[in-house]
Amino acid sequence: MRRTVAALLRKELLVELRTLESVPGMSLFAVTTFVVFHFALNRSSVEGDLASGILWVTLLFAAILGVNRLFVADADQGGFDGFLLAPVDRSAMLVAKALTLLAYLVVLELVAVPAFALLLLGPPLGGAMPDLVGVLLLGDLGVAAVGTLVAALAVRTRARDLLGPLLALPLLVPIVIGGARATSPLFALAHPAGPAARWLLTLGLYDLVFGLIAYAVFDFLLED
Amino acid sequence: MSVPALEVEGLARHYGEREALSDVSLTLGAGQTLVVFGPNGAGKTTLLRVLASLLRPHAGEVRVLGSRLPDEAWAVRGRVGLLGHEPLLYRELTARENLRYHARLHGVGEERVTELLEAVAMTGRCNEPLRTLSRGMVQRVAVARAVLHDPLLLLLDEPTSNLDPAAVELVAPLIGRGSPRTRVICSHDPGGGLAQADLVLGLRAGRPALLRSAAQVTPSDIAELYR
Repeated sequence: MRRTVAALLRKELLVELRTLESVPGMSLFAVTTFVVFHFALNRSSVEGDLASGILWVTLLFAAILGVNRLFVADADQGGFDGFLLAPVDRSAMLVAKALTLLAYLVVLELVAVPAFALLLLGPPLGGAMPDLVGVLLLGDLGVAAVGTLVAALAVRTRARDLLGPLLALPLLVPIVIGGARATSPLFALAHPAGPAARWLLTLGLYDLVFGLIAYAVFDFLLED
Repeated sequence: MSVPALEVEGLARHYGEREALSDVSLTLGAGQTLVVFGPNGAGKTTLLRVLASLLRPHAGEVRVLGSRLPDEAWAVRGRVGLLGHEPLLYRELTARENLRYHARLHGVGEERVTELLEAVAMTGRCNEPLRTLSRGMVQRVAVARAVLHDPLLLLLDEPTSNLDPAAVELVAPLIGRGSPRTRVICSHDPGGGLAQADLVLGLRAGRPALLRSAAQVTPSDIAELYR
């Protein structure tokens, strides 16, 4: 399994490095959205609930761009058939794709969070950074699991560009809620605090439940 | 007595309401070649995809290399090589990267990749992205991909359609008559197809219109399928 995941992951990253179809688009979308918020709110800085809401909603929509592209090369270039003809555990594709999406999200956040801090965020980010990284990673794990599942389901349909976001957005709402609530205290102007444990727990549970669901049903999505 | 490579009895497959294959029955011995003729849409590609375990049969009994499909599809994977209309290769990767990827999935060593790149005369262009290569070159790489794991059964859908005569000769040791493998070939070329065949299946609208030993089939029998 590990050998197969490594082969798939290597292929995914090579294709993305050659085409630059996903990560640059996701990053550009996030930065552009922050600029739009900057002018639309007519405020030079935001904090607290508003700041965390803007950050998480922007990251969610940027992630959807990556989710939509996740299986396109496989569907269009026969990658599914090539994989299905090999004597390997089919769950390896779920793991490799989820790791690929996770890598895309981490790169997206490396661009988006500094841009957010520069363009919109009022309080300085310095001290809150370790907590923010932890919350973002918990959110990313859930987005990677659900995003991979939804992308595999949508890519074989004719309306894949529409179906992907329509399925993913409702399923990812708990991540936005949990992530925004957990992040909100980090962005407070007056008395910044750590993230509330119950929201971290919510995110962790979500990751576990949807990770298991994805593992259980993914093989069937690849079947005829 | 050895197990037949293919045993098909009453196979049917449909797409929604449309019947793609119906009542197909045949037996093919190990090392033999079945050539399938029929006009476009006759069900040839569907038959290959069922035999490759990529499509489920909707009725009938299908055994490939002794394993029943779809229940024992896991035992068939890795022992079948498919060369279809699509090369099953990534356009942004080079020929070597594509073959290396498939080699890792099949647990095959790097030396086999090099050996096959030489066999299909692609060593000189093996580090260029596939999208920059001609269709004939991509087809040669696809041939290498199909035989990379030394499959017992080769499923070939018009395998030489993009190849020039020199390239056809080049890939002949891998997928041609000289190859020791059991083969199922879809073809529109009566002369070339009959020269390869031990058994001939003619399909028309998904149903078998001809099933005979190749020695009993003439080019005019094949031409009749297309009328």
